[in-house]
Amino acid sequence: MSDNKKKVHETKAHELAQAQKEISVSEFFSKNRHLLGFDSPKKALMMAVKEAVDNSLDATQESSILPDIYVELQQIKEDRFKVIVEDNGPGIIKEQIPKIFGKLLYGSKFHKLRQSRGQQGIGISAVLLYGQLTTGKGMQVTSKVSPKHPAHYYDIHIDTQRNEPIFEKEKIVEWKKEHGTRLEVEMQAVYQKGKQSVDEYLKEIALINPHAEITYKMPDGQVMKYARGLNELPKEAKEIKPHPYGVELGILIRMMQATEAGTISSFLQNDFSRVSQSVAQEICDKAKISPRARPSTIVRDEAEALYNAIQQTKIIAPPTDCLSPLGEEAMIKGLKKEIDAEFYTAVTRTPSVYRGMPFLIEVGLAYGGTLEVEGAVRVMRFANRVPLLYQQGGCASSESIMDTAWKSYGLNQSRDSLPQGPVLIVVHMVSVWVPFTSEAKEAIAHYPEIIKDMKLALQEAGRKMASYIKKNVRAREQRERISLFEKYIPELAASLSSLSGEKKENIEIDLKKVLQKGMKDLLAEVDKAENTKIKGDNVAFGEKQDTLAEFEEDG
Amino acid sequence: MVKVDQSKVLKEFGLKLVEQAKKGKNPEFSFPLRNLSNIVYDQKSKTLKLGNKEGTRSFFNVAHAKKFLQTIEVASAIKKNFIDTGLHASLRDVYYVVKRTIPGTNIDLVDEQIETDKCIEDLEVITDLSREQLHVNADKKGSVVGNVVIEDTGDIIDWGKQGSGGWSIPSNVEEIKFKKITADYVLYMEKAAVWERLNEDKFWKKHNCIIIASQGQTTRGIRRLLQRFYEEHKLPIYVLTDFDPWGFYIYSVVKYGSINLAYASEKLTIPGVKFLGITADDIENYTLNKQLIKFKDNDFTRLKQISEYDWFKDNKEWQRQFSMMKKMGAKAEIQALSSKGITFISETYLPKKIKNKDFLD
Repeated sequence: MSDNKKKVHETKAHELAQAQKEISVSEFFSKNRHLLGFDSPKKALMMAVKEAVDNSLDATQESSILPDIYVELQQIKEDRFKVIVEDNGPGIIKEQIPKIFGKLLYGSKFHKLRQSRGQQGIGISAVLLYGQLTTGKGMQVTSKVSPKHPAHYYDIHIDTQRNEPIFEKEKIVEWKKEHGTRLEVEMQAVYQKGKQSVDEYLKEIALINPHAEITYKMPDGQVMKYARGLNELPKEAKEIKPHPYGVELGILIRMMQATEAGTISSFLQNDFSRVSQSVAQEICDKAKISPRARPSTIVRDEAEALYNAIQQTKIIAPPTDCLSPLGEEAMIKGLKKEIDAEFYTAVTRTPSVYRGMPFLIEVGLAYGGTLEVEGAVRVMRFANRVPLLYQQGGCASSESIMDTAWKSYGLNQSRDSLPQGPVLIVVHMVSVWVPFTSEAKEAIAHYPEIIKDMKLALQEAGRKMASYIKKNVRAREQRERISLFEKYIPELAASLSSLSGEKKENIEIDLKKVLQKGMKDLLAEVDKAENTKIKGDNVAFGEKQDTLAEFEEDG
Repeated sequence: MVKVDQSKVLKEFGLKLVEQAKKGKNPEFSFPLRNLSNIVYDQKSKTLKLGNKEGTRSFFNVAHAKKFLQTIEVASAIKKNFIDTGLHASLRDVYYVVKRTIPGTNIDLVDEQIETDKCIEDLEVITDLSREQLHVNADKKGSVVGNVVIEDTGDIIDWGKQGSGGWSIPSNVEEIKFKKITADYVLYMEKAAVWERLNEDKFWKKHNCIIIASQGQTTRGIRRLLQRFYEEHKLPIYVLTDFDPWGFYIYSVVKYGSINLAYASEKLTIPGVKFLGITADDIENYTLNKQLIKFKDNDFTRLKQISEYDWFKDNKEWQRQFSMMKKMGAKAEIQALSSKGITFISETYLPKKIKNKDFLD
């Protein structure tokens, strides 16, 4: 009996054990493709272009190359597209190619604390996986590292069970490019225009990366060229070690196991920023741990004591040379080349810190011109030079815009909503680690420190814009005066003629002469208004200034 | 009245502006301001007059341009449409003659009648021509009966034979000729209903007087008519109004002139007019307390304003009335007397007051 019982138990346990085999990361994502951002066929093209272009921009920037990027969308069937992205980047050495494209979670960015585009999205391999899942085809990659090296061509698939690349063909091909990478991938997708499209994504990419030149061939064959507006590369962002305030307990434990340091004191000093010997001593004292203890011998309770000690110790803010914003001038150049407006301005704040992470907020504003007068302002959100097209409502930037009193800057605004008027508002957050509200990485989390800085930047930019609007309104009023008199003169001449018996024409001529004479003063006022100094630095004007154009028509 | 060529006066006004433009000047005209700050109470003549403050209106001035244009359009319309044709028009007529949209704009030359009314008042002070001389009639309101025979545009009219409605007073009474006046005094009241009561009771016949009523504010026609009785025929004028600040002001306007028409005071004020009632003493003597209507805030405000006017400030009798009224914090209509009987006013109240010369000055 007892033997039998035991046997039955064993059988069930074995059965369960057999079912519980390891799920590979590729297999997991193939079943949960929404976690990669491929929720819908509409989003697929955008995600594919985004991953490829982000990689190209990061790679060219790291190699100090001014990027030339080519993007092409080809419609194969009604719901199938081919995505082609080609860059002039440093290329990828032959051995690395299959792993970079054919293995999920492979890459260097994930482990670093460094401002990079790649923090978002899961990587180019996810694009390959999605294409493979929906079409059965792999990704064709061509890459060349220098004119002296040949171009290598791979057709790569992913072995989803092992999360390993499979590459059937490997060829050396002729490629006239000196260096660069080209990929082609087919996928099930829907092409659309509008706010969350490839078109919009590339326009915003061009705006926030004015140093890049982008050529985009749309599915209908039309070619869009986003010209380079700036011949300087963004300043290289330095990699930093984590600041103690920004590290969670689990990560702290993992870091202690992985460290090369022999003592807790040197671990704290070497693996973190802003920890001196005396700060390390203070932390250890507070945690009641010997500074000379080996990190690998620290148990969980001691780690927690250490974690708490860190929070209670005063440590100076992290260094901020790890941040590379566009800067006000580049922001204005980006705005000017992508948006046809009357007035542009930008504000780049000094760095701040949230949870031990340095960050910086930039705001750009464009006013008038082709921007829609009716309805809410247009908003573009960016994190580390990557456009955020989804979840605008849940983003800290939206809250900051709605919380800013735009009425005092000359725009209409209802309570708790976006202001209205012909305005584009750009909000850019730069950080070694941008906090997103969810894994989809489309909305910036609502940290009070971040919202405060966003609002300060919006207010400063708003003030500059307000002085332009006020100046404009003043000039417009003066012109309306002149036009009013011009319309009244024939009326007055007619009445005066009937009253006095003098000829209407003569009176009209005389009155016009008086106006001409008086207009000099009025025009001087218009000039004065036009030349009013706009408050603040870093403002720019569009080629067509609405007011001047109207004035010439009137004259 | 001195005969003037109104058409010529207006033409010269226009020519002056044309000349200014010819010389390259911004056309402008000046006129005495007509607001309270420029109203002076002239102790000697006991009338309200305009002070020395002048306003200037110029065409090439954004704040003035439209008003300037309005004024000239009104002047031109009056000259062309009325004076030169010999026709007369109402204020409303002038408004419609001038009202239109300025070509090439969505601006209406005038929006409200008050704008053309103000232009006419402006023209009166600019040209020194009265409204009547500008051929613009004031509102026609008011009735009269009494022992008087007049001639009006060739018709002989006996005010004693006007039935229950009485003779309707025109807006311009300048041309009326008094043929025969046997009445001893004139009783002017602000209430048409009271006038009807007195006419039905044949009060004017029994007491040999003239009774005149307006409805509310006294029109220029009535004021001028009263003035002519007073000046040309030395008839005493008695005023009967409600017991409230507005009633007191009706008396004040007839006696001293109005703030709005201070510039026309000479033609319209009657310094010898007397206030018959209703006084605060009447309320007490005839125990009308139960007929009182409680004051509202604006009644108190108005009472305070009136009591501070220069022409009432030093008048002890009137200050006594004001303080009694303030103490009561209430007002009463003339008809409150009806509580003592419907004919109480004609049989008791008025005869007694007139016999005893129980007036306020």
